Amino acid sequence: MKRIVSLVVNGQQFEDAVDDNMLLIDYLREIRRLTGVKRGCDGGECGACTVLVDGRARPSCITFASLCDGSAIETIEGQARNGRLSPLQRAFHENLGAQCGFCTPGMIMAAEALLRRTPDPDDDAIRAALGGNLCRCTGYVKIIGSVRAAAAASP
Amino acid sequence: MSNALPDFDLLRPQSVEEAVAALQTSPSARLCAGGTDLIVNMRHGLVELETLVDLGAVVAMKRLEADAAGLHIGAGVTLRDLAESEAVSESYTAIRQAALAVAGPGHRAVATVGGNLCLETRCLYYNQSHWWRKANDFCLKYRGETCHVAPTGNRCRAAFCGDLAPALMVFGAKIEIAGPNGIRRIALPDLYREDGADHLTLAACEIITAIHIAPSKAKSGYAKVRIRGAIDFPLAGVAIACERGSPSARSFRIAVTGTNSCPLLLDGPAPLADGDDPDAYFGALNKLVQKAVSPQRTTTTGAHYRRLAVAALAARLAKELVDG
Ligand SMILES: Cc1cc2nc3c(=O)[nH]c(=O)nc-3n(C[C@H](O)[C@H](O)[C@H](O)COP(=O)(O)OP(=O)(O)OC[C@H]3O[C@@H](n4cnc5c(N)ncnc54)[C@H](O)[C@@H]3O)c2cc1C
Ligand code: SF4
Ligand code: FES
Ligand code: FES
Repeated sequence: MKRIVSLVVNGQQFEDAVDDNMLLIDYLREIRRLTGVKRGCDGGECGACTVLVDGRARPSCITFASLCDGSAIETIEGQARNGRLSPLQRAFHENLGAQCGFCTPGMIMAAEALLRRTPDPDDDAIRAALGGNLCRCTGYVKIIGSVRAAAAASP
Repeated sequence: MSNALPDFDLLRPQSVEEAVAALQTSPSARLCAGGTDLIVNMRHGLVELETLVDLGAVVAMKRLEADAAGLHIGAGVTLRDLAESEAVSESYTAIRQAALAVAGPGHRAVATVGGNLCLETRCLYYNQSHWWRKANDFCLKYRGETCHVAPTGNRCRAAFCGDLAPALMVFGAKIEIAGPNGIRRIALPDLYREDGADHLTLAACEIITAIHIAPSKAKSGYAKVRIRGAIDFPLAGVAIACERGSPSARSFRIAVTGTNSCPLLLDGPAPLADGDDPDAYFGALNKLVQKAVSPQRTTTTGAHYRRLAVAALAARLAKELVDG
């Protein structure tokens, strides 16, 4: 069945007709054309598809779009403001936190959820917050360093 | 565009009564709580349903409260909220540690206690894509004729891999179940049976609504072995509650997961008494756990290793609870 859902995506209000069985990843990629939401494992295991739902990081590939009715969704596309990278985007760029870049949108969204709750996390907290995100390139050291740098750079 | 999942009707009941009624609307209706297990299995083509009953709006199942009667955990409480609860952190360490050991933070933000207790059993030959299983002629648990793990047997040996059940069991948890015939309460171990294809004793259209735990002074812990340090099911997990008797005897309640088709609350061991030799005692405890479990070839990691690992974990954890 289709139903109308009302979602705020990256600050903009949308009303869309969505099938009950449509996954949030497909809504974001196919209807909203936000292809920064990456499809990695497509089964809840890798975190590449991580977005924020009401400020909490969630794998969008195992989330139904229709059950997010009334929620605010944030993706990597909403992070830069007026052409300026977010502190995390800048830190990943400057600290080699991204190599191939496929895991990066999910990493940044998971880290964003962390920094909003815990602006000055220690390494253990960073590791725990990124525990659901896999990276096949970096070995994680640069990613953790990037999150640390973003925390230090944020006012 | 095409959707990844077959079509179904989504119902969003607001109360437990409505949820039970919603389940009765179709023989294939299924509950969805956080969906972190169910949706993955739906995507693998392992679940056929016409109606999905989302529990997200049933506010009454999200209550988490501690009082003189102990701890009341609504089945809809998320693992994140459970782990962050002060009452749980203060008195029920094993429950907190088990909740934190489940999947990743993004899962735990929505994954529920009820969903974790009712987690589908797992097997190397089952948690695969449709084409993978089809190429292998399926198996007993789903559409097939034989079990690839124990081909001479007639029973599915898929393993129950929920982290929370053993941690709740060592505190003597009781669960409340609502169904078409009203409400009943059972001890948590009675929710399960040793059958990988049918491991829950819930009747049709029944819902777990809450978990009750009596107040406890026991020291407790949960430990698991897994292949990766995060986002991974237990190859084996063990929870222990340790209570001090008089004058310094210690009694242990031990429960395990990952080794059988259901979590097990073990019988024994006899309490550790004052004059006992600790090494001999923990050695015997190790042997007792080894004997009680029956891991099968359901993971890439060998069954014998899992037997040894769960016993070693149990002996180590018990010793830590005495020494620590
Ligand atoms: C990558 C990954 C890693 C994971 N790692 C772990 C792990 O380490 N340990 C672990 O334990 N789990 C793990 N899981 C599985 C899952 O995330 C958790 O078990 C979670 O707690 C399931 O809860 P849920 O609310 O999402 O359940 P759902 O997926 O919503 O439901 C699971 C099952 O329970 C039934 N159900 C739900 N609520 C009720 C109820 N109140 N009454 C009766 N039946 C109910 C559903 O119908 C369904 O059959 C992992 C999952 C993924 C994708
Ligand atoms: S234990 Fe056997 S029947 Fe059960 S899922 Fe595995 S292969 Fe299939
Ligand atoms: S694509 Fe969603 S977790 Fe991997
Ligand atoms: S940078 Fe390539 S997967 Fe992480």
